[in-house]
Amino acid sequence: MSYDSFVIQFLNGLAGASSLFMVAAGLSLIFGVTRIINFAHGSLYMLGMYIAVACAGKIGFWWAVPVAALAVAAVGALVEMLLLRRIYAAPELLQLLATFALVLVAKDYALWQWGSEDILGPRAPGLAGAVAIGKAAFPEYDLFLIGFGPLMLLALWLVLTRTRWGTLVRAATQDREMAAALGVNQKWLFTGVFALGAFLAGLGGALQIPREPATLLIDLSVVSDAFVVVVVGGLGSIGGAFVAALLIAQIKSFCIGLGFSQVTLVAEFIVMALVLVLRPWGLLGRVPAQARGPWTAERPLVPPSRPALAALGAVAATLLALPLVSGGYTLVLLTEILLFALFAVSLHFIMGPAGLHSFGHAAYFGLGAYAAGIFLLREKLPMELALALAPLVAGLGALVFGWFCVRLSGIYLAMLTLAFAQIAWSVVFQWDALTGGSNGIVGVWPAPWLASKTAYYLLTLVVCAAAIAFLWRALYSPFGYALRAARDSPLRADAIGMDTRRLQWAGFALAGLFAGIAGALYAFSKGSISPETMAVTRSVDGLVMVLLGGIQTLTGPLWGAALFTWLQDTVARNVDYWRAVIGAVILFLVLAFPQGVTGFVGERLRARDA
Amino acid sequence: MTVLAVKSLSKSFGGVRAVRDVSFTVAAGELLAMIGPNGAGKTTCFNMVNGQIAPDAGSVEFEGRSLARLAPRQIWRLGVGRTFQITATFGSMTVRENVQMALLSHHRRLFSFFSLSKDQFVKDAEALLDRVGMRDQAGRACSLLAYGDLKRVELAVALANRPRLLLMDEPTAGMAPEERDELMRLAAELARDSRIAVLFTEHDMDVVFTHADRIIVLAEGELIAEGAPAEVRANARVREVYLGAGAGHA
Amino acid sequence: MLEARGLVAGYGRAQILFDVALEIRAGEVVALLGRNGAGKSTTLKALMGLLPLRAGEVRFGAERIDRLPAYRIARLGLGYVPEDRRIFTDLTVIENLEVGRQPPRAGAPAWTPARLYELFPNLARMQTRLGGRMSGGEQQMLTIARTLMGNPAALLLDEPSEGLAPVIVEQMARTIRDLKREGLAILLSEQNVHFADAVADRAYLIEQGHIRGAGALAEVRERYQSL
Repeated sequence: MSYDSFVIQFLNGLAGASSLFMVAAGLSLIFGVTRIINFAHGSLYMLGMYIAVACAGKIGFWWAVPVAALAVAAVGALVEMLLLRRIYAAPELLQLLATFALVLVAKDYALWQWGSEDILGPRAPGLAGAVAIGKAAFPEYDLFLIGFGPLMLLALWLVLTRTRWGTLVRAATQDREMAAALGVNQKWLFTGVFALGAFLAGLGGALQIPREPATLLIDLSVVSDAFVVVVVGGLGSIGGAFVAALLIAQIKSFCIGLGFSQVTLVAEFIVMALVLVLRPWGLLGRVPAQARGPWTAERPLVPPSRPALAALGAVAATLLALPLVSGGYTLVLLTEILLFALFAVSLHFIMGPAGLHSFGHAAYFGLGAYAAGIFLLREKLPMELALALAPLVAGLGALVFGWFCVRLSGIYLAMLTLAFAQIAWSVVFQWDALTGGSNGIVGVWPAPWLASKTAYYLLTLVVCAAAIAFLWRALYSPFGYALRAARDSPLRADAIGMDTRRLQWAGFALAGLFAGIAGALYAFSKGSISPETMAVTRSVDGLVMVLLGGIQTLTGPLWGAALFTWLQDTVARNVDYWRAVIGAVILFLVLAFPQGVTGFVGERLRARDA
Repeated sequence: MTVLAVKSLSKSFGGVRAVRDVSFTVAAGELLAMIGPNGAGKTTCFNMVNGQIAPDAGSVEFEGRSLARLAPRQIWRLGVGRTFQITATFGSMTVRENVQMALLSHHRRLFSFFSLSKDQFVKDAEALLDRVGMRDQAGRACSLLAYGDLKRVELAVALANRPRLLLMDEPTAGMAPEERDELMRLAAELARDSRIAVLFTEHDMDVVFTHADRIIVLAEGELIAEGAPAEVRANARVREVYLGAGAGHA
Repeated sequence: MLEARGLVAGYGRAQILFDVALEIRAGEVVALLGRNGAGKSTTLKALMGLLPLRAGEVRFGAERIDRLPAYRIARLGLGYVPEDRRIFTDLTVIENLEVGRQPPRAGAPAWTPARLYELFPNLARMQTRLGGRMSGGEQQMLTIARTLMGNPAALLLDEPSEGLAPVIVEQMARTIRDLKREGLAILLSEQNVHFADAVADRAYLIEQGHIRGAGALAEVRERYQSL
C-alpha cells in the first residue's frame, strides 16, 4: 500500500467514524438514563436518511440535515411519551422487545412512504469537490465530516458537564429513584434524553446521504454496528463511543481499502474479542451495576404434577395421531411450529434458568440449517448423517461465541450475542462459494423415506419431543440447578466453588446445539436455506415466543412458539405490511401482558385459587 | 494450631495505601474479630484473605499453603467457608436446595445431567440444617425467609465443605440485637465444636466484645492494637480513633 | 406537619405495611424504632412516594401527597435521606449538591453550599472530589447535605447511624440536633436505641409492619428491647 492510499484510507475511516459515533453516543446516552437499549436506534438513523433525502430536493441539503435531525428528535420524543413511559418498570427484555417492534413498524412505514428501492442523496452544495492528497483525490465533504465528529463530542461533553440539565442527566444515569426523591422530574428528563439520542441518530443518518444511498436495510446493520461500538467503547461512556467508533471505522476502511472487504467482519470480530478479553466492560467502560434480576423472585422449581404430565402426554399423543385425520397444509404448519418450539425451548433454557439473555440465538439455528445443506449438497453426505452432524456445527459455533459471551452479563451479553449473530449472518451472506450468498442453498430435501409431509412431520415430532424432554429434564439435574444458582447469586456460587463461567459456557453451547437441531430440521422441511434463516429478526422471533409464553414457566415457550408461528403464518399470507402488523401485535402484548401470556394466565389462576 | 497466617499484607489503590504491613494469625477453634473505623482497610484486608483482591505485597497462608493468586472458588475448595455482609443465597431455591448446591459442588457433581438434583445429599443437607436450627424450614423458598433465618442458611452453606476456616463479613449486620447474639453464639459453638478458625469483621461492639476470643484493630490501613477484648477496650489509642467516649455500648 | 393514616404497602405479592399511622409536628424529632425487616425503610419510602400505596392517606402541611410522584413530594418540601446513602459516585461533591438544589421556600431554612460547608466542614475541603472517592462517613454527611439543598421543611432520615463508626455516630447525633434547632421536623428510622435516645423527642415502635407503640422514648424503648 502506498503512502497516499494509506492516508486516504485513514481519512476515510475518520469520516466514517463520525456518523457511527453519533449513533452510538445516542444509544449510550439513552441507555444510561432510561436503562433501555433502543433497538430502534438504527431505524431512527434510517428515518434521518430518508427524511433528509426527501427534503433536500425542496429546501436544499444544508437545511435538510437539521430538519431531518429535528424531525427524528420529535419522533423520538413521541415514542418516549406514548410507549416507553408505560414500560419503564417492565423487565428489560420486554423493553427491548418493544423497541424491536418499533423497528418493524418503522421499516414498513419507510417501505410504504418511500418504496423498496434505494434512494441516492444529493451531494453537499459547497463541498461537492475533492482535495488532492498526494496523487489521490479526497472528497471535501468527508473532510467536513472528520471535523464534525469531534465537534459533536465536545458539544455533548459541554452539555453533560457544564449545564444543570447535564448534571441531572448524569445523576439520573446513576440512580433514577434517588434523583426523583431529590425533586428531579424524570419524566421530562427522560423525554429530553431520548429526543437528544434520537436527534444524534437522525443527524448521523442525514449527514450520511451524500456518501451512501438511503436503504431499508440500513436499520439493523447500523444498530448492530452501534452495538459493537458501544460494547468495545464501554456502555454509557461517550468518550468510549468516540474511541471505539474511530477504531471500528478504521478497521472497516482499511479492510475495504486493501481489497479484503470479506474479512472486514472477521477483523471487527477479532478486535471486539480482544477488547472483551482484556477489558470486559469496554475500553472506557466500568463494571455495570448489577442489572435487575429476573422478574420478581422466581419460585422454586417443583417436579411436574401428574395431571400436568398427563396433559403433556395427551398433547403428544394427539400430535402423533394427527396425520390420521389431517394432512397437507396443517402438517406443514405443525412441522414448523414443532421445530420453532424446540428453538424457543433451547433459547428459554439459557435465558430463563441460566439468565443469559441471548439476542442472537438464530445464529445457531442458522448454523444448523446451513451445515445440513452443505453436508448434503457439497459433501454429498446421506441426509440422515447430515441431519445428525449439522447440530454439532451449531454447537461448535456456540462454543466459540459462548466463550466470549459468558464473560459478560445482562445487557452487555445481549448486545454481544446480537453482534455475533450479525457477524455470522454477514459471513453467510458474503461467502458465495460455500453458502450461495444471498441466494442461499436450494435442493435441501430429505431422504426418500422421509419425503412425504406425514413422514417428515412424524420425524420432526419425535426429534423435537425428545430434545425438548431432554432440555426440560436437564433443568432438574444438578447441572440445571447449577445454572440457576449462577444466575441467582454469582457471588455465592463462586464462594461455594462453582466455576460459573464454565457452567454457563456449557449451557450456552448446549442451547446452541439444540437450536442447531431445530435449524437442521428446518432446512430439510423447506428444501432451501437463505440468509434470512439466521437473520436478527429470527433471533427476535425466538425472544417473542419465549416472552409471550412467559419466561418463568417451563412450558411457556411451547405455547409462545405455537401462537407466534401461527400468527406470523396467517398474517404474512394475508397482509402486505405484515411486519408492521406483527410489530403492532408485539407492542400490544408488551403493554397488556408484561409478564407474558402464560405468566399472566398462571397469575390469574393462582389468584383464583388463593 | 495456626490455621490462617497473614504476613505483612499491603495494598494501594491509586497511590492511597489502603492496607499497610498487616500481620496476624488465627488458630483452630478461635474467633478473631477485625474492627476499625470506616476506611481503615478492614474490607480490603478481608477481601485479600478471601481472594477477591490480590495484595501488592505480603502473604496469606492457609494451613501453610499460600492463597496468592487463587480465585475465591479455589480457596473454598481448600476448606475456607464464608458468609457475606448482605446475605447471598439462591433465591429461586428452597433452603434445602441451597445447601444441596454447596454439597453438589463439594462432591464435584455439578456437571451431572441425568440424575435428579432433589435426590442428592438430602441427609447431609438436613444434618447441616439441623446444626443451624433451620431443618423445619428446609422446604421453604429462600426468597421468603426472614433475614435472620437467611443468615443461618448461609452458615449452613458455608459449613457444607467442612471448612477449617470461616470468614464472616459483618455477620450480624442488619439483624435485631437479640438475633445477633443468637447467631454469634451459634457461630462460636460451631467453631469450638468443629475446631474451625473464624475471622470476622463487625461494627456491633456488643457482639465483638461478647463473642470474640481475640480482637485486632485497624486504623488508616495499619494494625494499631491486638489482644483479648478487655485489653483492646482499655487501649487508649483504640478509644481515641474508634470507640469514642461511650466505648463499648454504642 | 406530616400525618399518615392507614398506610398499606408492599413489594410484589408481599405486604409489608399494615395500617401504619404516624404524625410529626413542626420542629420535632421523632424516631421510628424497629428491627431489621420491621418495615421502617418501607414506611419512609411509602411516605416519600417511592413505593406506591395500596391504601392510606398522607398529608404534608395542607396537601394530600399520597398519590403524588416522589419529585412532587420533594418539591413540596419533604426531604428524604436513604439508608444506603446513594451518593452519585460519578459526580463531585458540588455536583451532588446541585442535583438536590430547589428554590427556597417560605417557612423552611434556606441552604446554600456555603452554609452547608459550615455544618459539614469536611465537605468544604473536598468540593471537587468524586462522591465515589469518599469514605462512608463523608458520604453520609453528603447525602444529608444534598437533601438539605432542596430547602425541606421536614426530613425523613433512614437509619442515619447504620454502618458508621462510633465516633462518626456521635457527630451525626450533633448534626441532627443542629438541624432541629434550625426548625426542621425530622422522622428518623433507627434500630440503634442509644442513637435514638440521643436525638429524638418521642418515638413510634414498628413491628412486622404494624405500629406497636407510640409515646415518650423511654417507654417505647422498653417495649422495643423486650421484643
